[in-house]
Amino acid sequence: MTERIEVRKTYKLFINGAFVRSESGRSYEVFSHDGEFLANVAHASRKDARDAVVAARAGQAVWAKATAYNRGQVLFRVAEVMESRRAQFEEELRRTENVSEKKARKAVDNAIDRVVWYAGWTDKLAAIAGANNPVAGPYFNFTVPEPTGVIAIMAPQSDSLLGLLSVILPAIASGNSTVVVTSFHRPIPAITLSEVLATSDVPAGVVNILTGDFSEIGTWLAEHSDVDGIDLAGVPVGDFATKLEALAASNIKRVARPFTGDWNDEPSLYRLRQWIESKTVWHPIGA
Amino acid sequence: MTHFEYAPAPESRSVVELKESYGLFIDGEFVDPLSDSYLSSVNPATEEVLAHFAVGSDADVDAAVRAARRALPKWSKLPGSERGKYLFRIARILQERAREFAVLETLDNGKPIKESRDVDVPLAAAHFFYHAGWADKLEYAGYGKNPKPIGVAGQVIPWNFPLLMLAWKVAPALACGNTVVLKPAETTPLTALLFAEVCQQAGLPKGVVNIVTGAGATGAAVVAHAGVDKVAFTGSTAVGKSIAAAIAGTHKRLTLELGGKGANIIFDDAPVDQAIEGIINGIFFNQGHVCCAGSRLLLQESIAEEVISRLQHRMSTLRVGDPMDKNTDVGAINSLAQLQRITDIASSGDAEGARRWSVDCALPERGYWYRPTLFLDVTESHRIAREEIFGPVLAVQTFRTPTEAIEKANNSPYGLSAGVWSDKGSRIHLMAENLKAGVVWANSFNKFDPTSPFGGYKESGYGREGGVAGLASYLVQE
Repeated sequence: MTERIEVRKTYKLFINGAFVRSESGRSYEVFSHDGEFLANVAHASRKDARDAVVAARAGQAVWAKATAYNRGQVLFRVAEVMESRRAQFEEELRRTENVSEKKARKAVDNAIDRVVWYAGWTDKLAAIAGANNPVAGPYFNFTVPEPTGVIAIMAPQSDSLLGLLSVILPAIASGNSTVVVTSFHRPIPAITLSEVLATSDVPAGVVNILTGDFSEIGTWLAEHSDVDGIDLAGVPVGDFATKLEALAASNIKRVARPFTGDWNDEPSLYRLRQWIESKTVWHPIGA
Repeated sequence: MTHFEYAPAPESRSVVELKESYGLFIDGEFVDPLSDSYLSSVNPATEEVLAHFAVGSDADVDAAVRAARRALPKWSKLPGSERGKYLFRIARILQERAREFAVLETLDNGKPIKESRDVDVPLAAAHFFYHAGWADKLEYAGYGKNPKPIGVAGQVIPWNFPLLMLAWKVAPALACGNTVVLKPAETTPLTALLFAEVCQQAGLPKGVVNIVTGAGATGAAVVAHAGVDKVAFTGSTAVGKSIAAAIAGTHKRLTLELGGKGANIIFDDAPVDQAIEGIINGIFFNQGHVCCAGSRLLLQESIAEEVISRLQHRMSTLRVGDPMDKNTDVGAINSLAQLQRITDIASSGDAEGARRWSVDCALPERGYWYRPTLFLDVTESHRIAREEIFGPVLAVQTFRTPTEAIEKANNSPYGLSAGVWSDKGSRIHLMAENLKAGVVWANSFNKFDPTSPFGGYKESGYGREGGVAGLASYLVQE
């Protein structure tokens, strides 16, 4: 009897809710921590990044129109589907990040719990970040937080699951869409996450995942005029981060600077607040 | 119709005592600039030189930043309740000296005295009063249990609301425990220098507020100084972009309040009389030198003709001239340079095929003036529909459906303000929700209040001033 040959997966980009190869035809090899070949993953190009921004712009309009309750349920479903795939995530973390079985389990626990944490914020943020303002005159005046728009995210390079979710979730919880450049050497958990998102009712274009090199894709996204914000979390502090921040000034992008903390720390409102705009509405009373 | 003739009703300027020249306000005292360089501030309504003021050099800015750094530990550790009392004192002194500030603002800026008296100065005092109360309540603001000041704030402000922009910057900074180096605009430094006297009268600790006058290079030095932890800028989008690029890679935090091209949208069910007043207020308030001006008028097609004709009639009753006259509606353009910018963009409207209509009014012989103007037949691609003019020039367009109005209103890199006029509540909410603007005035325009956050979407900047949201601009966020 012949040995059955395993069916291997083609690792693709996730753009506009679809799994696509890089338009450039490029790919690069990804290895485990001990040098074993894992996959040829798509090496996203400038065109891929631009396509992702187009998808993100369209997806953002749909996502922002969803009720906050609906967004919360969709994100909660992401947690549910992750839970059902936890063995796969743990295995991937063990192979790429060289962590023990126990640590991998803990990392996936934290990642799923973080999804739940942010899922709960969708319909509470407006009450915390919004206000009814007692102006000195006959006007009803209120402030509501609204999503900034399309956010480009340079995902953390080493913490390939919890770190990744910790930057995507605060952007999408409030109704933004994202173009995410994954960890270059550890992209596989991100690809698996894209499969989770594709089966969790997250509308197409809300999260677009590009595997590849932030040092090229980041530049294109930082200077892209239809991107409203850029998260430099995964870019090391230094000249390149400075370059991206300076490029982002071209259309007054909101910038989150390189992250130097520990993703395991309790999350705060900081990243949620990073990607919202306060809108204030006045209306006369009685006139 | 009957025209009322108004007798001149000039406000007296005797309440203002100007010095011939002003130094820099550093570490609680007026000092001569190390630069030994001075500029003069001109009354734009008369072209008379009001006073000379120092131009801060890099070394002067350095001295100011060092004074602010020295003052920071004590000021930031002062109990909030005590910090707040200083702000209350400042608010009260501004109220006590309101007339003096209003007259000086009008002399230096060219805005009508009724506006500096009824808007700029009372709002400036209100901003200090409001933020005074925050100083000991910051842990309730929602920015963490132990909110901390950012440090030394370098603040660069424009010439359109000189004292009010100072208040928007200084009051929250101090309430949150920061110290300040402020650079006023080079055409309107005088009320900031008078404010320095207020700080002295209030007994504000030395170095908590430092005021360094000068032009663009002085502002750039404030932004670039390594001892500055936070930069707050109000001004043009072009300068805002250069500041954002300049602070890249530093530890500095930044908030920007930049340009705008606000759409004022009038539906066919709008209360027309009120809407006409709102249009007038939206574009001719402060000579249109307002970043959130309603400089694009979007009229629903069915009422366009009627509104335009009534608007032209109302514009003809505007009183343009001596800003010191209490009956003046539209004062002087702030500077010759600004007058040239307005003239330049407006003439592009003629060249690109829009139809100009201006008020036929007499203008004073001296000073800088521009007739209240509107353009008809404006298309989306015209410069007058896209670029911020920052003057009394209105671009009029039409629309048929709410969707078209939203699309046209949002078709701009800016996103600071918008106006919506309609009697239908659900439509107002639909518009308010879909307009990409930081402030939406429904059946109103150009209203301001310290409790109400102000700031832009998109290229109109980031960060808010006023309200709870505004505190975030001056607290370390974790």
